[in-house]
Amino acid sequence: MNIKNPATVDSLELRRVLDDDGKVVAGAKVPEVSEKDLLRLFETMLMVRVVDERMMRIQRQGKLGFYMKSLGEEATHLSVFPLRDDDWIFPSYREQGAWFWRGYGIENFLNQLFGNRKDPTKGRQMPVHHSANWLNVVSISSPVGTQIPQAVGTAAAMKASGTDSVAMTFFGEGTSSTGEFHVGMNFAGVMKAPVIFVIRNNGWAISTSSERQSAAKSFACKAVGYGMPGIRVDGNDILAVIQASNEAVERARAGLGPTLIECVTYRIEGHSSSDDPSVYRNPAEPSLWEPKDPLNRMRAYLKNESIWSEGLEKEISDKYNDEITKYLAIAEAEPPPAVETLFDDVFQELPWHLKEQKEYLMQQARTKNPHLHNS
Amino acid sequence: MPTMNIIQAVNSALRIQMTNEPKAIILGEDVGKFGGVFRATAGLFDEFGEDRVIDTPLAEAGIIGAAIGMAIYGMRPIPEIQFSDFIFPAFDQIVNELAKFRYRSGGQYPCPVVIRTPVGGGIRGGHYHSQSPEALFIHTPGLKVVLPSNPYDAKGLLLACLKQDDPVLFMEPKKIYRASRGEVPEGEYTVEIGKAKVVSEGEQVTLIAYGAMVDIIKDAAKKAAEIGISCEVIDLRTLLPFDIETITESVTKTGRAVVVHEAPKTCGFGAELASSLYERCLASLEAPIERVCGFDTPFPYSLEHEYMPNADRVLGAIRKTLEW
Ligand SMILES: Cc1ncc(C[n+]2csc(CCOP(=O)(O)OP(=O)(O)O)c2C)c(N)n1
Ligand SMILES: [Mg+2]
Repeated sequence: MNIKNPATVDSLELRRVLDDDGKVVAGAKVPEVSEKDLLRLFETMLMVRVVDERMMRIQRQGKLGFYMKSLGEEATHLSVFPLRDDDWIFPSYREQGAWFWRGYGIENFLNQLFGNRKDPTKGRQMPVHHSANWLNVVSISSPVGTQIPQAVGTAAAMKASGTDSVAMTFFGEGTSSTGEFHVGMNFAGVMKAPVIFVIRNNGWAISTSSERQSAAKSFACKAVGYGMPGIRVDGNDILAVIQASNEAVERARAGLGPTLIECVTYRIEGHSSSDDPSVYRNPAEPSLWEPKDPLNRMRAYLKNESIWSEGLEKEISDKYNDEITKYLAIAEAEPPPAVETLFDDVFQELPWHLKEQKEYLMQQARTKNPHLHNS
Repeated sequence: MPTMNIIQAVNSALRIQMTNEPKAIILGEDVGKFGGVFRATAGLFDEFGEDRVIDTPLAEAGIIGAAIGMAIYGMRPIPEIQFSDFIFPAFDQIVNELAKFRYRSGGQYPCPVVIRTPVGGGIRGGHYHSQSPEALFIHTPGLKVVLPSNPYDAKGLLLACLKQDDPVLFMEPKKIYRASRGEVPEGEYTVEIGKAKVVSEGEQVTLIAYGAMVDIIKDAAKKAAEIGISCEVIDLRTLLPFDIETITESVTKTGRAVVVHEAPKTCGFGAELASSLYERCLASLEAPIERVCGFDTPFPYSLEHEYMPNADRVLGAIRKTLEW
């Protein structure tokens, strides 16, 4: 098996602010981020790591049907840093940090995973398919890439409405092979839509290596064909991610149109709880990426800036571990949505055929059927 | 005879075809090195090489479009769509191209592409890993649609599909991919396309299903027998062209029918089956034909169990036809 080595990935131009030891690279443009924001960024990345770790553990215990981790990719999520609350986010399934940054808390997160009665999306989708209209974060779909042209449409609508809001969409490098990616990029270029495309290039799409997705030298260079700038950035370098995102968001707000950002990162673990990467990937490969770990690099940077302490880190991880323990108990105990809600939200109002079907199901629920929950 | 599950039976059929037919070529997402997310193509990449077992970029329209191009050039492509829920980016290529190539070229370009794809719910997969979109494809002139319910039929039907020259959508019931086990010959054999199977004979009600729902109607027939009702159980196996003779004969005999599928009821394949039976057996019918189907809602996650047809619902429908 070929090995994906960060050293060869680096040989293409890659924007970087921090080196592997968290020191600022000579000549790098360091984005202006307040101490408070730096700490919040670190806290959010750590939160993702704590949540991922705990969720995968309970998945392994059989308590959770499915889970997807982001280990090693946490910094890419924080491309949302320069966004305002009125900017919209069109995520894929692997950007937990973007949700947490926006204020989507552990409680909602866990209720969605369990698809229980408190799940904001009423138990309709598999775990990790969140939706939060109150945060302007759009419902996640499993068919990859569908969100890309949608983000462009929202951005075009923002432009047509005369606001300076912007839309940001996330997806993996595998998803850049879909028709939707190319359609969305083309529309955005033509419409000069205020949209930012963030490709999380984590090297793998389930078992398929990024070299089998594209013969181009990079994913960022695809921007050229659609008349927009493409930025290639070290996705494990939080400051570089923010610097690139700042630039793209500023351009969009100023009416200069879309930008494509390729965040070069690496999927340290399996695609999801259902995956076994040892079948298709050299087991030595992930360790090559460990020196690039985004959390370690940010911690080292914060240490150098004297704004990190062990106590602080422990406080943060304890806080989220406690929250998880608390809300996990609640989420597990909470029953699934009531049977009759199966028919809600298909339409605004129930047409006759759904009324009949609902009646039929409720009749079944009333007569003995051991499989039906009480509602 | 070895015992296999459906995955192993499919894998065995693919290996035979790849060995005997040098023009056979497998393509799809993760089908190569990994051997498919359900492992249906396991081992084939090592055995037949990367030119014949191709890991494609993530684009279903590309997979089917490329398969068409290979087929009209004389190859025998076997594309995999990872989940039938993800077939829709390729809908245009399937409906407007693959299914029409032979016809629109006046017979110049037959298109022998056999698309394999897992279908159905019951795996806690929510909207996008559970759907049963067969009716959309049965409704597409020019496409054969096959959906086996057990390992023996899966292997024999897949080999039959691979030997003929029309495009086929070969759907695989993923809920019972591993749970359904049975004796399967090691070597080559075929199960005829277009032939249903009478699983068990009965006198009063005909139960018709396909794929994972066959186990449900078998179960319902057993429950019905316990209360003295005799059911005939039919596994359709091929959805298009479906075996009109077998079902007509059965319903003419029993005078009652219950059709079961997990896809939504409205415009589901059950409507076509019922309608065809009314056209042919009206005089023999003792009661209206009953349909037990998925509800007309998107496939849910938490309420999956409530959504899926079960033996109790089928039993209710059986009684209804008898009490009518
Ligand atoms: C249209 C479509 N086809 C196939 C799939 C199955 N699938 C789920 S994730 C995935 C790989 C996606 O890889 P990438 O875009 O790189 O994102 P990553 O998982 O690496 O974050 C595939 C093939 C899907 N969800 N949607
Ligand atoms: Mg990827």
